[in-house]
Amino acid sequence: MAMIVDLIFQLFQMTLVIAVAPLLTGLVRVTKARLLRRKGPPLLQSYRDLVRLARKEAIVADTASWLFRFVPYLVFAATWVAAALVPTFATGLLFSWSADLIAIVALLGAARFFLTLAGMDVGTSFGGIGSSREALFGAMAEPAMIVIVFTLALVAGSTQLSTVAAYMVSSNVGLRVSLAMALVALVIVALAENGRIPVDNPATHLELTMVHEAMILEYSGRHLAIIELAAMLKLVLYVSLIACVFVPWGLAIADASVSARLVGAVAYLAKLGLAGVALAVFETSIAKMRVFRVPDFVGAALMLGFLGALLLFVSRTLK
Amino acid sequence: MKGLSFDVAHLLAGGLVLISFLLLYQTRLYALLNVFALQAVVLSLSVAWQAYVQGADHLYLTALFAFAFKAIIIPVALHRIIAELGIHRDVENVVGVGLTMLGGLALVALSEVVMLRIASDAGVLAREDLAFALSVVLLGMLMMVVRRNAVSMVVGFMSLENGLILAATAAKGMPLVVEISVAFSVLVALVVIGVFLFRISERFETVDAHALDRLRGRRG
Repeated sequence: MAMIVDLIFQLFQMTLVIAVAPLLTGLVRVTKARLLRRKGPPLLQSYRDLVRLARKEAIVADTASWLFRFVPYLVFAATWVAAALVPTFATGLLFSWSADLIAIVALLGAARFFLTLAGMDVGTSFGGIGSSREALFGAMAEPAMIVIVFTLALVAGSTQLSTVAAYMVSSNVGLRVSLAMALVALVIVALAENGRIPVDNPATHLELTMVHEAMILEYSGRHLAIIELAAMLKLVLYVSLIACVFVPWGLAIADASVSARLVGAVAYLAKLGLAGVALAVFETSIAKMRVFRVPDFVGAALMLGFLGALLLFVSRTLK
Repeated sequence: MKGLSFDVAHLLAGGLVLISFLLLYQTRLYALLNVFALQAVVLSLSVAWQAYVQGADHLYLTALFAFAFKAIIIPVALHRIIAELGIHRDVENVVGVGLTMLGGLALVALSEVVMLRIASDAGVLAREDLAFALSVVLLGMLMMVVRRNAVSMVVGFMSLENGLILAATAAKGMPLVVEISVAFSVLVALVVIGVFLFRISERFETVDAHALDRLRGRRG
């Protein structure tokens, strides 16, 4: 019986993240438009876009191989599984014990690998540019992410996200400069991974500096809808990751009652809303970077992660 | 209380090391000066916390000196010098930012390994501050090595001196006379450096230190 309840909550989380993903992207778009004193699209426009794309005919280039058709589903599946592993409203859900933070990084890395392959598959020059840039940024962002994972694991004693989140909720965290560094590093990595403004501009595909949009330029119809949904899901995943580690308040700890989990769900939605508005404000107030400055920017995340781990090492040796 | 006093000291000293990295990362001169002023503020907070923990009142005076000289007087003076020389351009690094960062990380790791072993019989707070102080000193030296602009070399030198103050406060029983004389010697150094900067820019029409290589008869 308990198994079935756990399974139900796990399925609830998986539907929740996917249902809320277009809403978060829509919220960011609306807030950005309002900050620019434009009216902006309605909040639910992202859902309509996805439905419209899914209904349209998918046109595949003559030069595309079988890989091109498979990649959207692969990317979406990997991202969705990764999102199912992050504690959103409660820790200790059924799936969370099967994989840890390193597995989540690996899943996202696999998704990135296949997307870059698909970008090069058709053989247009734009796809190649996008893929090479994505690989460049990924080569900086992934080590940074791994170092952040090490920092968190040193603090909480586990790479298991449920354990980390439960430790962060408890009062014995204390005041740690390493965690602040890890937070800043994680935010930088999240911005780079989701192609948000200092790194890539998600609102246009008419720029020579585009990265993600360049890779998926050849996709149309349902393939494009799936890839867009996966990108929205990735944003939710990173926001949930930051929320469950650094703002875990309201999170229901494992074996909590149903009502505690409902409170957790409400708190989670509030956190997503706040994060969406904060992201929109940040993106409006900053200019996009030159592509060759991005490795410096993401390298700062790597440096912060390393420094955080070093400082943690010092304080652990001394105590 | 024990845990909290250590955590706050760790936070402030770790912040100093972090700001040293920000100095290395920063590529604009005015922003560099602002970050340097921030480092001085964090340093004075750190010294004041040591004064509170050790119960040593004269350290409050050191904190005050550090704040007045390094967070206000020196940045303002350097601002004026830059405005006077008309050199508010980007700073040029000898090597890339990424390589500098890696070098900096290696230096921090080195100083942690060395200091945690050497000072093993000192108190916890002292060991921890000494380890971070050595990192700040080494990062300041790294900054003087990797920058070509004379003004940012000066900033590197001053941040190196921040590390020395941190080390001095961590070691108990440093007499006040020594600290005051160190603080004033930094001011004297600022005056001397200011004069040199003007002389260099007069003679070579730039503060790029590579221009000085001409004195040796070849350009590096």
